[in-house]
Amino acid sequence: MLSVENIDVYRGRTHVLRQVDIHVKHGEIIALIGANGAGKTTTLRTISGLLHPAKGKILYAAGKGKRQIEISSLPPEQIVSTGVSHCPEGRGVFSQLSVKENLLVGAYLRKDNKIEQDIQSIYEMFPILEERSTQAAGNLSGGEQMMLALGRSLMSRPKLLILDEPSLGLAPLVIETIFNKLKKINTEGVTILIVEQNAVMALELSHRAYVLETGRVTLFGRSADLTLNPEVQKAYLGGE
Amino acid sequence: MDFGYIAQQLANGLILGSMYALVAIGFSMIYGIVRLINFAHGDIVMIGAFTTLVLMETAGLPFPLVAFFVLLTGCGMGILIERISFRPMRGAPQVTGFIASLGISIMLQNLGILTLSAQPRNFSFPSYMQRILNLGPVSFRVVDVVIILTAFFLMVALIFLVQKTKLGIAMRATAENIDVARLMGIDINKTIMATFAIGSGLAAIAGLMWGGKFGQIDPLMGYVPGLKSFVAAVIGGVGSIPGAILGAFILGLSEVLFVGLLPPIYSSYRDAFVFGVLIIILIAMPNGLLGKDIGDKA
Repeated sequence: MLSVENIDVYRGRTHVLRQVDIHVKHGEIIALIGANGAGKTTTLRTISGLLHPAKGKILYAAGKGKRQIEISSLPPEQIVSTGVSHCPEGRGVFSQLSVKENLLVGAYLRKDNKIEQDIQSIYEMFPILEERSTQAAGNLSGGEQMMLALGRSLMSRPKLLILDEPSLGLAPLVIETIFNKLKKINTEGVTILIVEQNAVMALELSHRAYVLETGRVTLFGRSADLTLNPEVQKAYLGGE
Repeated sequence: MDFGYIAQQLANGLILGSMYALVAIGFSMIYGIVRLINFAHGDIVMIGAFTTLVLMETAGLPFPLVAFFVLLTGCGMGILIERISFRPMRGAPQVTGFIASLGISIMLQNLGILTLSAQPRNFSFPSYMQRILNLGPVSFRVVDVVIILTAFFLMVALIFLVQKTKLGIAMRATAENIDVARLMGIDINKTIMATFAIGSGLAAIAGLMWGGKFGQIDPLMGYVPGLKSFVAAVIGGVGSIPGAILGAFILGLSEVLFVGLLPPIYSSYRDAFVFGVLIIILIAMPNGLLGKDIGDKA
C-alpha cells in the first residue's frame, strides 16, 4: 500500500533521515518506534507531504489492485485526497473551532452527502464529543482532544491512517480506550501507521514494527519477534 | 451644547466608525491568517475611491453597480498584493513581509501621484444622494444612511461567511494552524487568497464611502485612515473580527466626540488623541479588548 523507498530528508541543513525504507501492506498496523529525535515525526510529515525528501521515492496505492502513485512531491492537500489521513503530534485540534467544526474540517475535501452520517458515527464512537459538540475544542481535556483528533482524521474516510504519538500525555485508561478503537478501526479495513514512544503498547497493537535510530531504520520485523529481541528489550521495553 | 448637537456628533461618529470598521476587518483577517500586517491595506481605500470616481462620474453607472465593481476591484487588488508581496515571502522572517508590504504601499501611492496627480479631486455623489434628511434634531444626507446601511450589511455578511460557511471554517482553521489545516486537505494558498480578496474588497468599499462622506480624494488619502483602522484593529484585539468592529466604533465615536465636544483649539490634536487611546487600552489590556491570549493556544 505504502512504500517509502530510501528517503533522505533534510530540515534546513540538518540531515534528519538517511535511507529510510518502510513498507506498509494493506490492512496492517505498522508501528514506528525510537527515541526522541530519531526522526519518527519527520518520517510521518514526509509521507503526508509537509516535507519533501531530497532523495528516494514514496509510492502509494489506495487499495489492493489500485494503481501505485509517487506522492513524494505532492502537497499535503492532494495526498489527503488519495486517502491518507495524518493525525498530527500534539493532536493539533483547532482550539477556537467548535468540536463539530473540527469534525467538519476533517471532511473538508468530501463532496458526498454522508458527512452528517459520519459525524453521528464518530459521536457513537466517542459519546463525549456529542455532548460537547458546540463547545470550543480548546476547552476539552487532553483525552477528549485526542478523541476529537482521531475522529477528525476519520472524517476524511482514510485508507491509510497515520498517527503521531496518540498516547502523549494521556491517562492510561484513556490510552486503552484509544488503542481499542484503533484495533476496531483497523478491522474495518483501515491500514494504520503509528509512531509511539510507548514501545510496549505500540508493539502489542501492531503487526509489524520498524525501529528508527538517529535517522536510520536499524531493525524491523514482526512485532511479536521484536518484543523478544534482546536489543529492543534493553533499549525500549525497559528489560535487562 | 444641547442634546441635538450631541446626537448629531454621535451620528457622525457612527459613520466614521463604520468606515474604520470596514478597513479594520481586513487588517485583522489578514493578520489572523498570515500573522503579518499588510501596510498596503490603507492604499486599497484610495484605489476604491478612485475607482468610484471613474465609474460614477465618468462612466455614469448607477450606485449599486458602482459599489459592486468597487468591491470587485478591491478583491482583485488584494489578490494581486498577496500574490506579489506575501506569497513569495511565506516562511521568511516576519520583518521581510512587513517591508515588502510597506514597499507595495509606497509604490501604490507614488503610482497614484504619477498617473492621477497629487492634486485632490472633488468627488460628488449624484444629487439624490446629497439630499438632506432631518430626523428630529439630527440632520444627515442620504449618502450617510447608505454608508451605515452598506457597512452594516457587509459586516453581517462577513460574519456569516466566517462563522457558517466551509470557506469561513477553512479560514479560521488556517489562521490557527497552517500545517494541520493542510493535513485536513485545505488548500492554504486559496484560503489565504480568499482572505486577502475579502478584506481588500471591504477596504475598497470604505474608499467609496470616504469619497462620498468627505467629498475630496487624493492618492495619499489612504494613509491616515489606514493607520487609524490599524489602531482600531489593535484596540479590538488584532485577529478578531468582532474586535476590529468594536475597536473601529470606539475609535470613530471617541474621535468625533473629542473634536466636537472640546473647544476647537484642541481639534488639531485628534490624531494624538487616537494614539493616546491606543496606548492606554494596550497598557490595560495588552491583547486588545477581544483579543485572544497567544499563550493559551494549545
